[in-house]
Amino acid sequence: MKSLYYYRDRYVRAQPTAFCPGCGGGIILQCFLRAIDDLGIDKDRILAVSGIGCSAWIPSPYFDGDTLHTTHGRAIAFATGAKAFNPDLTTVVFTGDGDGAGIGGNHLIHAARRNIDLKVFLVNNFSYAMTGGQIAPTTLHGETTVTSPYGNPESPFDITQLVKAAGATYVAKWSTYHVVELTNAMKEALQHKGFSFIEILSQCPTQQRRVFNLRGALESLPPRILEMFGESTYVRGRPGKTGYLYAVPKGDVKETLIQAEALEGVKARIVDHIGFGQVVRVETKQPEVTREKLGGLSSVGGVADHLEKKIEVGLFERSERPEFTESLRAIMRKAKGE
Amino acid sequence: MLEPGRHLTLGNVACAEGALRAGCRFFAGYPITPASEISHHLSAELPKVGGVFLQMEDEIASMSSVIGASWAGAKAMTATSGPGYSLMQENIGYAHMTETPLVVVNVQRSGPSTGQSTDPSQQDIYQARYGAHGDYEVIAISPWSVQEMFDLTVRAFNLAEAYRTPVMLMSDGLVAHIQEKLVVPEKVEVVDRRKPTSKSSTPWGTDDPSLVPEMPAFGEGHRLLVTGSTHRPDGMRIVTPQYHQMTVYRIRDKILNAEPKIRDIHRVQMEDAEVAVLSFGASARPSLEAVNQARGEGIKAGLFRLKTIWPFPEEDVSALADQVDAVIVVEMNFGKLVREVERVACGRTKVVSLGKIGGQLHMAREVLEAIRGAAA
Repeated sequence: MKSLYYYRDRYVRAQPTAFCPGCGGGIILQCFLRAIDDLGIDKDRILAVSGIGCSAWIPSPYFDGDTLHTTHGRAIAFATGAKAFNPDLTTVVFTGDGDGAGIGGNHLIHAARRNIDLKVFLVNNFSYAMTGGQIAPTTLHGETTVTSPYGNPESPFDITQLVKAAGATYVAKWSTYHVVELTNAMKEALQHKGFSFIEILSQCPTQQRRVFNLRGALESLPPRILEMFGESTYVRGRPGKTGYLYAVPKGDVKETLIQAEALEGVKARIVDHIGFGQVVRVETKQPEVTREKLGGLSSVGGVADHLEKKIEVGLFERSERPEFTESLRAIMRKAKGE
Repeated sequence: MLEPGRHLTLGNVACAEGALRAGCRFFAGYPITPASEISHHLSAELPKVGGVFLQMEDEIASMSSVIGASWAGAKAMTATSGPGYSLMQENIGYAHMTETPLVVVNVQRSGPSTGQSTDPSQQDIYQARYGAHGDYEVIAISPWSVQEMFDLTVRAFNLAEAYRTPVMLMSDGLVAHIQEKLVVPEKVEVVDRRKPTSKSSTPWGTDDPSLVPEMPAFGEGHRLLVTGSTHRPDGMRIVTPQYHQMTVYRIRDKILNAEPKIRDIHRVQMEDAEVAVLSFGASARPSLEAVNQARGEGIKAGLFRLKTIWPFPEEDVSALADQVDAVIVVEMNFGKLVREVERVACGRTKVVSLGKIGGQLHMAREVLEAIRGAAA
């Protein structure tokens, strides 16, 4: 068993980190350090590139290898130059949803198209967090933020599907709740030859109060965020959790809660569902019976089970096709007449 | 690559050849007229010498990857024209702050905006000087012939490596697209960046009087902290006024201290001149013809051609103001560099602005008329 300080002492340059209490950044850094340590990759052969935003601070200055902290949105383009010139560098990119899918979205899809051997970890906290919690290309429709006080009029990207469609050869999506799965996925990405992409759903206790309309005390935040990611996410290829139903209210969610609590053999509470907003989660041992009863309540507009409108996590793509830097080396041999 | 010796070739090809001779091993760019032939030539030639050619998705990505490659150890370059040059500015600022050696070729075309997209201009000289936000000192040099497209590209790389800074090669659509004689020398003088001798070096600080720090590369075990944020000599971010002043003044002063060495002026018939034509790049060509015609008429005219535009050669222009009765500034824009000349001359000589827009070179007789007017 490794000591609590093992990763910190070997791989972390400066401490304490600048992350807010409860931030997902530290979790993601820890998963990355475990992945490279398990694989035995020499930190002096790793180049960690980042852009601007909270995600950029995960490697820079904390990761004690080579780091390149660049301009907003351009981390993948900087990394492309370094990797193309020196393919021996294990080149990883830490980016965010605004950095990678907003201002830097063009570089993201083109790097995926080239299938260049970069490992891109995109931290999605559904907002521009460092600048104060503005709407991002990932903010849910209708969500209130500092720049969408009447609700977000836009709809979000599904970044994972976007990158997969653009031609990435390893695509996965996990959250800071799934630390074991995320660490394993990072290991797979680091061993994969080609453009490897992991979208990491993360929390921002500082800004998500606004983004998800959470008004509670700060200490109540991490469990609620985890609830959204942990209990409302659906892992591809894994049997779903049974026993939860979600009653979507017609009007006041509290009225729905009162009616649902009155049903026999159930536990009900109000939760924030990632797709439906505030709903009543009903825990039951007899889902079919409860579904019918819930549907008949006057304050219930609809009933959803645990798979509907959930965020799907897991492995999305693993395939092989020519890798860009290898193609560049082949071109050099051809040009030299070898 | 062209063999050493005489060739008839295009300005852009001469630029690409100069880059290869200077040791350029990485190019990233995006297609744009009138700069494209540089990338055509390098896409064929770079792989032969083990170099990397990338066509990126836009000019922002081109500039980004050039910086990434430079830190991976490459002598790196991009080439573009006005609109692309505008897109590159943020990352050019990043290259200044991180002291990244690289070469940007701007084959200037007539703007603003799409303008006369294939026609030459010299309208971007202040964009070269002040294009990125923040304070910095830039090196910009300007060729007037196919031969100088070769020679000054070599010089641009050498200056970039010597002073660890981005260098602007301010060409234009005329010099880039004419075919002229190029003599490729047997050997060119090549300068390489100073590499650190130990792993405890400070890549953003130095005791060396040149103020230019040593530059390690990624993958050499230096655990580099490259950042565009204000940083300590070891790279760690720190945004206090003291560190910001220390860093940004040093980045400025390493260029200003070296200004006498960076300075490069081509003088023709200036010894006894009473009227000077100050010009640079393509517009110096009709200027020279006009000077020769004026001499034929008995007017003591001379050509004062700036091969280095930035840093502006204040000492020499100041001496020029004391020497001549009038300075005619010939440039393909509204009249831009004339402001620097006026600032330095400070009323000691008559300064005439002969700007011209429209994508056309000055006619020699236009310059000659200005010389006659100034001499009268």
